[in-house]
Amino acid sequence: MTSPMTQPMTQPLLSVEHLTMRFGGLVAIDDVSFAATDKEITAIIGPNGAGKTTVFNCLTGFYKPSVGRLALTWDGREFLLEQMEGFVIAKTAKVARTFQNIRLFPKMTVLENLIVAQHNKLMRASGYSVRGLFGFGYQGKEAEAVEIARYWLEQINLVDRADDAAENLSYGDQRQLEIVRAMCIEPKLLCLDEPAAGLNPRETADLNKLLLFLRNEHKIGVLLIEHDMNVVMQISDHIVVLDYGRKISDGEPEAVRNDPAVIRAYLGEDEDEELPDIVKQDLAGDGADDGPETQA
Amino acid sequence: MEFQFAYFVDQLINGVTLGSIYGLIAIGYTMVYGIIGMINFAHGEIFMIGTFLTVIFFMLIIGTITFFPLAVLIVLLMSVLLTSVYGWTLERVAYRPLRGSPRLAALITAIGMSIFLQNYVQLLQGARNKPLTGILEGKDDILRVKYDLINTLNAAGQPYLVTISNLQLLIIILTVVVMVVFSQIISRTALGRSQRACEQDRSMAALLGINVDKTISMTFVMGAALAAVASLMFMMHVSTTDFFVGFLIGVKAFTAAVLGGIGSMPGAMLGGMIIGLVETFFGAYFNQEYKDVATFTLLVLVLIFRPTGILGKPDIEKV
Amino acid sequence: MSDAAIRRPLEPAKIFIELAATALIVAALSITLVGFHVKDVPGGFDVVTRFWDVLAAVVIAVVGRGWLIGLREGVPFPVAVTATPIAGILLLALISDWLFGGTLSETLRPILPFNSSVVQWLVAGIAAMFAAVGVTRAARERSAKSVEASEKFDDDAADFMDKVAAGAQRYTAWIGAGLLVVAVVLPFLPFMNLSTLDIAVLVLTYVMLGWGLNIVVGLAGLLDLGYVAFYAVGAYSFALLASPDSPVLQMMGIKEGVSFWLALPFAGMMAALAGIILGFPVLRLRGDYLAIVTLGFGEMIRVTLLNFYSLTRGPDGISKIPPPGILGYSTQPVMDNDTLENTTEFHTWIGREFDQYDNTILLYYVILVMALLTNWFTLRIRKLPVGRAWEALREDEIASRSLGINPTNTKLTAFALGAMFGGFAGSFFATRQTFVSPESFTFIESAVILAIVVLGGFGSQIGVVVASFLLIGMPELFRELQDFRMLFFGAAMVLIMLWRPSGLLARREPTIRLKDPPARGIRRERIKTREGDAPTTDAQSGDDLATGDRRP
Repeated sequence: MTSPMTQPMTQPLLSVEHLTMRFGGLVAIDDVSFAATDKEITAIIGPNGAGKTTVFNCLTGFYKPSVGRLALTWDGREFLLEQMEGFVIAKTAKVARTFQNIRLFPKMTVLENLIVAQHNKLMRASGYSVRGLFGFGYQGKEAEAVEIARYWLEQINLVDRADDAAENLSYGDQRQLEIVRAMCIEPKLLCLDEPAAGLNPRETADLNKLLLFLRNEHKIGVLLIEHDMNVVMQISDHIVVLDYGRKISDGEPEAVRNDPAVIRAYLGEDEDEELPDIVKQDLAGDGADDGPETQA
Repeated sequence: MEFQFAYFVDQLINGVTLGSIYGLIAIGYTMVYGIIGMINFAHGEIFMIGTFLTVIFFMLIIGTITFFPLAVLIVLLMSVLLTSVYGWTLERVAYRPLRGSPRLAALITAIGMSIFLQNYVQLLQGARNKPLTGILEGKDDILRVKYDLINTLNAAGQPYLVTISNLQLLIIILTVVVMVVFSQIISRTALGRSQRACEQDRSMAALLGINVDKTISMTFVMGAALAAVASLMFMMHVSTTDFFVGFLIGVKAFTAAVLGGIGSMPGAMLGGMIIGLVETFFGAYFNQEYKDVATFTLLVLVLIFRPTGILGKPDIEKV
Repeated sequence: MSDAAIRRPLEPAKIFIELAATALIVAALSITLVGFHVKDVPGGFDVVTRFWDVLAAVVIAVVGRGWLIGLREGVPFPVAVTATPIAGILLLALISDWLFGGTLSETLRPILPFNSSVVQWLVAGIAAMFAAVGVTRAARERSAKSVEASEKFDDDAADFMDKVAAGAQRYTAWIGAGLLVVAVVLPFLPFMNLSTLDIAVLVLTYVMLGWGLNIVVGLAGLLDLGYVAFYAVGAYSFALLASPDSPVLQMMGIKEGVSFWLALPFAGMMAALAGIILGFPVLRLRGDYLAIVTLGFGEMIRVTLLNFYSLTRGPDGISKIPPPGILGYSTQPVMDNDTLENTTEFHTWIGREFDQYDNTILLYYVILVMALLTNWFTLRIRKLPVGRAWEALREDEIASRSLGINPTNTKLTAFALGAMFGGFAGSFFATRQTFVSPESFTFIESAVILAIVVLGGFGSQIGVVVASFLLIGMPELFRELQDFRMLFFGAAMVLIMLWRPSGLLARREPTIRLKDPPARGIRRERIKTREGDAPTTDAQSGDDLATGDRRP
């Protein structure tokens, strides 16, 4: 067990303390603590079933954690996520997320997907739709929202497809659209659940570029679950490794890469046949000659 | 005190009898929902057709077969057989072409079939009630034989006798037998395995060589067969039927299926029992008119506090 | 499409088995319910046998199945040759009966085993359909000498409604305007009479109900099987306020009811309130559970109306509900002796004799305006944030939550607004019937309204109009069918769904566009890449709860 290595000077954007999640007798997450700062990409990696998505689900209010404190701090305000309802987390704490299985609004157009994401802002502008019904002072706000959507579509080169149903986009475009849709709520923390899953190498490269752009230009904190080590190692500033619901490593990519606990987690289990080669190369590094060691 | 206990036992017997009927129908709903995820709204009408077939077959054979239990057996077999054909046809004609369509389409079709079947029966058999007692003319006396359970005095000092009749015993025993047979089919036979496989993942089952169409058809046939058994019980218990009888009983049986946890056979039976008991007890102790309101209120409460029903598997939201 | 060009050889044995199976099943289905009619006769019951009808059913089914097989196997010629004369004879007999009041069908009874002309019409219609398709295909095959052409023809036929839907959507403004003009002048068209205008009022009531429910089902995707509850709440609230017979007013010692225009908004509000009260606890339930619970609500409301005698007069209902007045004048002849002042009558005031048609015209315009307001409201709110949030929740509730949309409140808004329009329609129903009783608010009403929404195509406003006309207008216009009306209604619901599972005019118009609509109009996109079709990697499989598998 490594203790948290990063101890930033200032209050981190997100601080997870002693997070534990039980489903009946099953402990999906066991006393995990870590922190994530803004303007940084924090990756959470780990073998399948390590509890990564469960961490996200706790952060975004889909599950109520059994134990733990999830504090989000920005602009001097602190939000305790474990006490908030899912939609409130997105609405006031400004945590946005994407999903492992893309969850767009398939029958709605690309543009509508992005406008829906600006729901709360537009609700206020339209006087909770009452004033909007008669058309007072809402048009301008809606035009602004469209401009924001246009900006994001420009970033992912989908302006041409703005009026097509989201379900008609290619898989890679859907992934990117889901990310910029999350950006439309103007998040402080963006949680991405395996954004590179199912992408081809070119699409993966585009994704890397987009994520770096979000970090550098929009100054948000990004929390990333990913299996594709190409993505993780290239863009993360900080990596947290989970295995069987426990944190086994935490630190800069280089440190994590050489952490024996991490290598054991990835290669120690003999039945992990589907392990991507890239992981072996990246994680095992020189130690790869030893081959997978079997541990009882 | 003793009277109150006697009254309670009396109502308990009535409730269990009624609950058996609901439970058997509820299994039809729950099996279909489990396997193709739709509310087979026309299942109540399949039950209604079963009641009419019961009437027709009794009418045809009661003159020739004087040994009443044999007559019941023949009617049961015939009505199970032909009601199943209705169940099979319903799936083949109305539901199979819509597999993979929007869920609402299947529901609307089911409601459409329900309206169609009601009016089909009304046109062919008339809108008037069909009382079975008028047909049997006392030949079923053997069913009315009663056994005394408790003999006491009621509040006004008159004798109050709690009995259980052959009919009630028959209904309860038949239900138990049918339940045992069906759970054996589901757990032991190849058909049952196919059904469970289709329930979990239809496309994977198809890839593994299970004939999904046939399995679904058989599910409808089994559901209809159970409804036919229930309709025979219902006819001997309540005695009268009309073309509209399937609606309310169908809704209550579906409620029972949801209450017990949809997709679970023991759940359907349990739900049926609960609905039967709640209805009987609410009617007996509080208010006869509002007993349906009580049933639905119970449903709402259960769904709010345990959305997957009593025996349903907890449904953790996967994101 | 191209491999169909090589026609498979016919397999007589297979076809025979298929036909035999059809015969067997139809025989099994009809032998009891059709074959034996248990009839009540004085002093008991009697069985009337109708084996002739069973035979007819089997023959019709086998022949129809044979025709279907013929078309499927690409041999339209025999179909055309057999179907045409059959359709001809049947139709001829029917038309001659109809034109000359004769009994040709009766004379032909030995060879036409139908004891009802409706069945005969039906069979004749089906035969005619097969004849038409068979002849067209045979003719095409002869000229094009290829199966491909006829396959293409099928394909075109299947796409026909898609095109109609797309056209309807593209020219919505024009079609809407056209329909509106027709609707406005309808009462003054030459062929109109009291009964047709009554039907028009009825159809419009259902159009309004359909539009109201469309908010709940079409936009918000909440499956409501108990919409009639709100219709009932609206009707009863209105009746309790407006009728001088109202137990509430009587209890308070008030002799005269509130006017239509005051009672209407109140009734709508009561219905919306009922929507909120009933919706709040249950709106978090998933689709089918919500359906069954709302169905339960419908029944609960009806049972309560039936038994809460002191408030609702139970099965007796509440009568003497006044029609809408104009400028404080009654539009009905004033019957009451106490207020025998002619000036309270609108027709007297403008110097006309009382005429029921005039009165119906008034009702017609009232419901027209109410329906149009509902439509305006729906179209408008779809483009507002709350409307988009409804659609988003319908598409994916989890994603909506992750974007900060409050699911409960948003759904509740839809439920309440839908209920409010149901309440308005209920008020209109009450004032039109002048009488309300629980009988009018059975489950079948909910089913009809839902069917209108679904058959029309979710969210399609014009679809609702078309479906109301088909389901309400047509059966009313063909009152001769009486006994068969609901049978056809049920059959139509099934057949339309089988033909167009997403509704007649299902097509979604975006609520906002970045650019002008594309000039080329309809673009058919069939590429779908969502979950199912997407390339799956093992990384996509569940992650969070699968821990158990890996533990030793």
